[in-house]
Amino acid sequence: MLGYYVDLAVRSLKRSPGLTLLMVLAIGFGVAASMTTYSVFRAVSGDPIPWKSSQLFVPQIDIWGPKGRLDGDNGEPPDAMDYTDAVALMRAHRAKYQSALYRISPSIVPPDPSKHPVSVGGHAVYSEFFAMLDAPFKYGSGWSADSDEQRAAVVVLNSKLNQKLFAGANSVGKTVDIDGKDYRVVGVLDNWNPKPEFYDVVNTGGFTTDQEDVFIPFQRAIDVGMTNDGNTNCSEIPKESGFVGLQKSSCVWIAYMAELDDKAAVAAYKDYLDGYFRDQKQAGRFNWPLNNRLRDLPAWLDSQHVVPSDTKISLVVALGLLVVCLVNTAGLLLAKFLRRSSEIGVRRALGAPRLAIYTQFLIEAGIVGLTGGLLGLFLTWAGVISVGWVLPKEIATLAHVNLSLLVLTLLVAVIATMLAGIYPTFRASRVQPALQLKSN
Amino acid sequence: MSVHPMIAALRKHKAGVILIAMQIALTLAIVCNAIFIIYTRVDNVRRPSGLDEANLFLVTQQWVGAPSGDDPDSIAKLDALEREDLAALRAMPDVESVTPTNSVPLLNSSWTGSVALKPGSDLRGGTARTAFYFGDENELATLGVRLVAGRNFTAADVVNRAMRDQRQPSLVIVSKALGDKLFPKGDAVGKAVYFNGDTMPTTIVGEVERLQVPSTSSWSSGFFWDTTIAPIRLNANFSRYLIRTKPGRLEAAMRAVTPTLYKTNPMRVLDDDSVKSFADIRSDAYRADIGMAVLMGIVCLILLAVTAAGIVGLTSFWVGQRHRQIGVRRALGARKIDILHYFQLENLLIAGIGALIGIALAIGLNMVLIKNFEMSRMPIVYVLGGLVVVLLLGQAAVFVPARRASNVPPVVATRSV
Repeated sequence: MLGYYVDLAVRSLKRSPGLTLLMVLAIGFGVAASMTTYSVFRAVSGDPIPWKSSQLFVPQIDIWGPKGRLDGDNGEPPDAMDYTDAVALMRAHRAKYQSALYRISPSIVPPDPSKHPVSVGGHAVYSEFFAMLDAPFKYGSGWSADSDEQRAAVVVLNSKLNQKLFAGANSVGKTVDIDGKDYRVVGVLDNWNPKPEFYDVVNTGGFTTDQEDVFIPFQRAIDVGMTNDGNTNCSEIPKESGFVGLQKSSCVWIAYMAELDDKAAVAAYKDYLDGYFRDQKQAGRFNWPLNNRLRDLPAWLDSQHVVPSDTKISLVVALGLLVVCLVNTAGLLLAKFLRRSSEIGVRRALGAPRLAIYTQFLIEAGIVGLTGGLLGLFLTWAGVISVGWVLPKEIATLAHVNLSLLVLTLLVAVIATMLAGIYPTFRASRVQPALQLKSN
Repeated sequence: MSVHPMIAALRKHKAGVILIAMQIALTLAIVCNAIFIIYTRVDNVRRPSGLDEANLFLVTQQWVGAPSGDDPDSIAKLDALEREDLAALRAMPDVESVTPTNSVPLLNSSWTGSVALKPGSDLRGGTARTAFYFGDENELATLGVRLVAGRNFTAADVVNRAMRDQRQPSLVIVSKALGDKLFPKGDAVGKAVYFNGDTMPTTIVGEVERLQVPSTSSWSSGFFWDTTIAPIRLNANFSRYLIRTKPGRLEAAMRAVTPTLYKTNPMRVLDDDSVKSFADIRSDAYRADIGMAVLMGIVCLILLAVTAAGIVGLTSFWVGQRHRQIGVRRALGARKIDILHYFQLENLLIAGIGALIGIALAIGLNMVLIKNFEMSRMPIVYVLGGLVVVLLLGQAAVFVPARRASNVPPVVATRSV
């Protein structure tokens, strides 16, 4: 019977090719527009480390108090840390893993003297950074806690820079000239570029075209005066000048992340953080009430507005477009089905139950949806490819077509069209056989 | 023509009428918000930076092995490197003027602070916020901004300082917008102000007509034109040079600049992004805005096309359904134009109802966008514009099926189906 309904539907659709084409085009464009914007939204709103994001926390301490806040801050404490507190938290070492980190942009002199120096990007981090974020290593590993202590001249390269400097070979043990000093390579990451760059949202905004090429020990970078390349926010002018002056100031420029595996650990850490504030307050550093934050990664990304509002607006508007396309399809299906009232009348008079009418017309709607979906697949593919023309590079490169997007496109098309077909089908099934037969 | 029988007829097609009205309402709501978004973005892109943007490019470079300390010796070395570069750049045949600078408008790399009329106020308080540009006596000429009051910097005004040196400049030129914000009487030149909560006064020596801040993000919207230029050559292990070339020589100068700098000193980093024309800086800065405008434009087009197609489809169906009635009316003396008008008026009625609902939806959608996505309030003119658009769209879409209806011959009335 199903085959027969499919056959009937195809015949009926062929009978009014104009109307059918209209419906297919509407569904195709509607689905493609929403799926294209959804692919961008999915790319920027995705969890960069889904298996662990609920265990990663970003502490914030209100070291500026109310006078440091601007109008739009909503009582939020500073979103980064000053040097004093970051180092104090590292020394206390209350979490399973933790790392203070700041963005650096040193230059690298290639061993080949005929080549010009290159500028690279990266972060100064503590040894636990790699284990905490499950950074995948291709060769070697991160450095040890001892290297943190000794301020060792060691470096972890990302695979792209390793390709450039060592043609992709295992470079562990070799040396790299960074800002005129030799660093020993201890590990090479396996092309690790999580998006958003969740461990340093403050300096990258989450999405950036800057590369992460090198990671060196935090205290080593401080020792050699490797300045921070990113935002520095101050609530008062540092008393001393230079990078050393910055370290002694209350300016915030350091990102911080800690791994806390269970609720008890989170509570304990929150207690520690609050206790730390109270101690400092007692010591006369602060004269305002406690206002700390300890957000897990998803909440932190949300509070930092990592997903660009443009992306959300586009998604909302595109979904609106899809709804219009469906209303349109519902109207056209209604017209199409009611035009066949006499046919329905005959079928009903010959004993077809309402259910049969339902099945027949929903199948017809489904076929329209499927065809529209196929067109939508093609348009979505074209759309995702061409977002590179209209969106900023750092976002456009993240959107891509994959199997799940294609399946979803088809599903949305078919299900949405069948939903749009429910009312017209209901109306069709209510056709009074007697009335239709009489008027003929 | 009486509307009464029309309404009576429409009651027979409730579902179809509701669907078309709904579609028109949604279309109106989305289209006027989308057009408003397009307008805001285009407006952003079109605001003049204050610069004479032609023949302008920026070089950002980093020295390798340069001192990183803040001691006088290191600073002297860095300044020597920088002056060496400036001399080499100024000697280039295609170059008209050069200034060292920390940033330029639209570069999205900002240095901001506060200005106050009194000494020692909070850094984050102050009378106004401002973005700083640091350059030498050629900064104004190179930017191409117009001095409207006071004087330009002279070579004697220019000092060199470490990038993280916290001392305030002794004199500055401000944008007129900032000058007027601080001194509403418009007499800012010659007055003393205090930057970043400092106690040392800074004298305003001049005012430029217009100069945009480097950032194009929303956080800077409160002080978008409030800029300060200080005669300071900043010394760090990197430097930026803004270069104005002789007319039409931009490309030649951009090609020649990398070899020139490497010849002066090979121990430096100059990569693909180091040399950027101002046109590229502008297009990067507004890429997201233009992209959003294009996206909204595409959505509007699809939306209007789909709605028009929907109206054509449903009206055609109704015309087919009422074939016989039309014939009867024609036989009873209705002219072709009456039939045409009937369908046009019917569409106007449905579209009108839809548009009324659409106006409410449009304002609602705008409110949702304001609440969640930092959008501004949509002026009512967009809603009215959208209203006109959907009504015209309805009329245009209904014309073809209505014409077909008007061509139904009266003889149809005498035939049974």
